[in-house]
Amino acid sequence: MDLGTRKILDKSFTAVGITSILLMAVALLVVIVPIFSGGIGAIFFKGTIEHRKLQYEEFGNGDREVIQRQIEESDIYRNKVFAMLGEFETELESMTPAESRKLRSSYKKARKVLSHLLGPLPGDQEPILLRYRYGTTRWEQAEEALHDLLYVTKWDYSDPTRMAKQYFVPRMEEFKGTSLAVFFPFMEENLANMMLPEQTFYWGFITERSLDAHIFGGIWAEIQGTFFLAVGAMLFAFPLGVIAAIYFTEYAKDNLFTSILRSANSTLAGVPSIVFGLFGLAFFINTVKVSESKSVLAGSLTLAIMILPTIIRASEEAILAVPKAYKEASMSLGSTKWRTIVTVILPAALPGIITGGIISLGRAAGETAPIIFTAAVSVGATIGIADVFSSPTPALSWNIYNLASEHEAANEIRHVQYGMVLALISIVLLLNLSAILLRARISKKLKG
Amino acid sequence: MLDVLNTTTVEKRNLAPRDSRKTIGTVNVPNPRMVCRNVNVYYGDKQAIRNVTIDIGCNEVLSMIGPSGCGKSTFLRCLNRMNDTIDNCRVEGDIIFEGNDIYDPSIDVVPLRAQVGMVFQKPNPFPKSIYENIAWAPKIHGIVESKSDADEIVETSLVKAGLWEEVKDRLDQPGTGLSGGQQQRLCIARAIAVSPEVILMDEPCSALDPIATAKIEDLIEELRSHYTIAIVTHSMQQAARVSQRTAFFHLGDLIEVGKTDDVFTKPLHQLTEDYITGRYG
Ligand SMILES: Nc1ncnc2c1ncn2[C@@H]1O[C@H](COP(=O)(O)OP(=O)(O)O)[C@@H](O)[C@H]1O
Ligand SMILES: [Mg+2]
Repeated sequence: MDLGTRKILDKSFTAVGITSILLMAVALLVVIVPIFSGGIGAIFFKGTIEHRKLQYEEFGNGDREVIQRQIEESDIYRNKVFAMLGEFETELESMTPAESRKLRSSYKKARKVLSHLLGPLPGDQEPILLRYRYGTTRWEQAEEALHDLLYVTKWDYSDPTRMAKQYFVPRMEEFKGTSLAVFFPFMEENLANMMLPEQTFYWGFITERSLDAHIFGGIWAEIQGTFFLAVGAMLFAFPLGVIAAIYFTEYAKDNLFTSILRSANSTLAGVPSIVFGLFGLAFFINTVKVSESKSVLAGSLTLAIMILPTIIRASEEAILAVPKAYKEASMSLGSTKWRTIVTVILPAALPGIITGGIISLGRAAGETAPIIFTAAVSVGATIGIADVFSSPTPALSWNIYNLASEHEAANEIRHVQYGMVLALISIVLLLNLSAILLRARISKKLKG
Repeated sequence: MLDVLNTTTVEKRNLAPRDSRKTIGTVNVPNPRMVCRNVNVYYGDKQAIRNVTIDIGCNEVLSMIGPSGCGKSTFLRCLNRMNDTIDNCRVEGDIIFEGNDIYDPSIDVVPLRAQVGMVFQKPNPFPKSIYENIAWAPKIHGIVESKSDADEIVETSLVKAGLWEEVKDRLDQPGTGLSGGQQQRLCIARAIAVSPEVILMDEPCSALDPIATAKIEDLIEELRSHYTIAIVTHSMQQAARVSQRTAFFHLGDLIEVGKTDDVFTKPLHQLTEDYITGRYG
């Protein structure tokens, strides 16, 4: 190959390399940026008076006086609205049933949207579900609700060959000529006066439990559940994995038995996580009966089995990378094999072992499938450390899935979902970062 | 066709074990520290040391020379049973140290290796501090109990290894941060720290520059008054400089043993002469 060709090859190689790295960076940005901005929105947002009311009444947060004053302030405008509703209701009474029939049903719908926006209206029954006791807690939700109040969403099916088209009709038209006509422009103008939006920093999203299936409140139960499950998995898998790796590298003879063990280990590393989930259900819960039904313990054990091969492999590699000279030096000084392993080989292999461990910890925190049948519940209270043997727990990975696919109000609480994703990603990234730092620290201590 | 098959009969060479060659020179010394009799070493089926008989005297430096692959390291590693760590290695014969055969099943290698220390070709300090490198072995052998004991052992060992002045201000720094020569002296200090009687050195200077080498050679000369030293070296000048007796190995046989001066000035065996005059190496 002549020099020219070689240079061209070198250059094109570099170009392809850089392009692929750039592509990766862009993909990462495309994924990370929305998650980040969406997730931050769960903590940092424009909160309405309803948010503050809820925070005060349910969690005891906030200044009573201030909230009281703001409620009075917003009530000035709300009462005007309620007066309009009252006037319209008397107007309805005075109509003949035939006249009022259509108006009544339209009014009922408008009232429903309004109560979603402002909370229970005068004349409503005391709601049972918490979600109906408060209006919209976030300003963008309030704006959306206002839009729903002002416009009726209709679908145009006229062209059967096309998808139906959405269009909006002002709700005011349904009430033309009645006393309620003034209500709509009033709402549009005075929404902010009724909701009193304020820039809110809601740290409680991380530290508080959820209320009414994540409609309100935070995600502490999920964060804690994830933590319990991942740490529990490590408690089982880490010591076992390291001991197995020591056995493989220092004690195992090369024979059929150990080669079967080795390939079993490699195979396990490639088994899909859902299989581990089903195994955990069948083995830990149905056969061994570590708990009556789903529990943190069963989930941790299942996750432990899942990450065990990775830990064994990482530890094995770290141990094999320890220079033989250390071992020889130790043996030549009269140290026993076991002491050599514990005091010379393991410390030298520690950075690699810990890295493997923390990456596995991140994996245990992020996996969904293994805990579906063994540990996770979609809505649950925060559990205490003593409950881990018997109670299931909510966990970030599973609840992200659950909110995205099964929650009845999925659309309204997107911010919770983003918040959970951000929390999970942050946990995993933090773990990986600490692995890197720890590794650097230990290697620095070793090398000097 | 058949003809071809018949004419190309493969000549099977009979690989019967060859007899060991007789050692010439004086293998015996008055009151020896270690006595080796008819030592044979095998790696699996392959014999690496054949019927070696030699004494190692008190307070002497015995150098072992010979072309590479002749079994010097293998033999040296028999003397503190480091060969035990190699799976398929088997040792026959008697190696007597302090009245016992060190390969006797009742012998515990832990104290043996403390008494017969070893320094390797490549300096191999532990990835620990200088202090820890030295204090570690006395601790595991229970030689030191208190911190002050350990301090003392660290200091005396480093002084004996001629390293104290250079490192006394940075004992807490990693041993791996020293220069190659310093690392090797640290390894010598580490071996000294458990009060051995014999120190085995396997080409201790082959990875060092000439100045560091000279320092180690001086150190060996000093250590001789307290210890018995067996050193493998590929440098004949070094053997001539540091040792009192020299053993010449060739293909697993011990060919010749004698006073260093005699071996280098009037070798008895043709192979020895060829080797030291540089006809092969
Ligand atoms: N671990 C081992 N396994 C098998 N053969 C070995 C091993 N170590 C050394 N040998 C063989 O034993 C012979 C002597 O080796 P060695 O003692 O290292 O020679 P030297 O130190 O004199 O260069 C060589 O032929 C070498 O290939
Ligand atoms: Mg050698």
